[in-house]
Amino acid sequence: MAMTQLEVLHVLARHRGQRIVITTMTTAGLWPALSDTPLDFFFIPSAMGHASSLGLGLALAQPDRGVIVVNGDGSLLMNLGTLVTLAQHAVPLTMLIMDNGLYEVTGGQRTVGAGTVDFAALARAAGIPRVYEFERLEQWEAGAADALSGPGPVVIWLKVEGRLGQQTPKPPHPMSEQIARLRRALGVAD
Amino acid sequence: MLDGPSVVAALRACGITHVLWIPDSELGRWEPAFLAEPSLHLVRVCREGEAIAIAAGLFLGGKRPLVIIQCTGLFEAGDSLRNAIHDLQLPLLFLIGVRSYLAHQQGTTRDTCPLFTEPILQAWRLPYVLLGPTHSAADLQHALTEAAQEKRPGAVLIAE
Repeated sequence: MAMTQLEVLHVLARHRGQRIVITTMTTAGLWPALSDTPLDFFFIPSAMGHASSLGLGLALAQPDRGVIVVNGDGSLLMNLGTLVTLAQHAVPLTMLIMDNGLYEVTGGQRTVGAGTVDFAALARAAGIPRVYEFERLEQWEAGAADALSGPGPVVIWLKVEGRLGQQTPKPPHPMSEQIARLRRALGVAD
Repeated sequence: MLDGPSVVAALRACGITHVLWIPDSELGRWEPAFLAEPSLHLVRVCREGEAIAIAAGLFLGGKRPLVIIQCTGLFEAGDSLRNAIHDLQLPLLFLIGVRSYLAHQQGTTRDTCPLFTEPILQAWRLPYVLLGPTHSAADLQHALTEAAQEKRPGAVLIAE
């Protein structure tokens, strides 16, 4: 039985430490119940598929902090080049790919290549040095500590359950507030 | 006339820390100067929208990025531009080559790039200045400095 996205996030919450966590689309609606600190950035409204790029910029700017991007399969497909760009930088960035084969926030339409795209192989071919894949919750629980520690960049491909009839979530705070509190937490002056 | 060393000097004076970069044949001539400047981090990307999102992250993390792309990439990158400068309201800076601008002025090209670059920037509400062959790196520095002082996004168009 496939994991739910919420189950995946519960495990992530136990291992994220003091890293920035960027969520987008479905997970931006789930993560606030688990964590809502200045280091949690709910990327809504977003540019389509660009959470990973935003995270790379933060990781380049704050190489001692660490960044976790919780991406979706549909979002990654919109910005596949991010894997190649990310692979060029030895930054502490971990990208989770929540693969449900759906554009969930638009109601549950199939993504192109759903069920056939091998995101782990794509990441490896792009040059990502550490790539993990998990299909079952017990595997993810057992492997998360290793996958979420050590040098980056890291890509973690997670097969998750799709849900139909969902809507685009709303962020718990306005974007201006999120940016201000994140920059304060990072010690960045206005 | 802009060349690599004079552009690098202008960017240093403006405190630019990172250049997000997909060059065209004109701007690409500056690359050796960028690579020779240790205070500038050159970040190569695959697509222009990606460049803008990385620049947004850099800015959130306290750096001062500059996105350098051709107008064709600008056309591709609208959603990312809209998100960064309007949704996130980040004062990002851009340097954009306008392909065939000079030939268009002379009526010797059918390239449609010059027709759409300025109207698209106006539609996205991104303030810009246009620099031609008679302008210098001091003009570039002035444009970038002015946008930074006003804490607003801004673009410098380079007539090619």
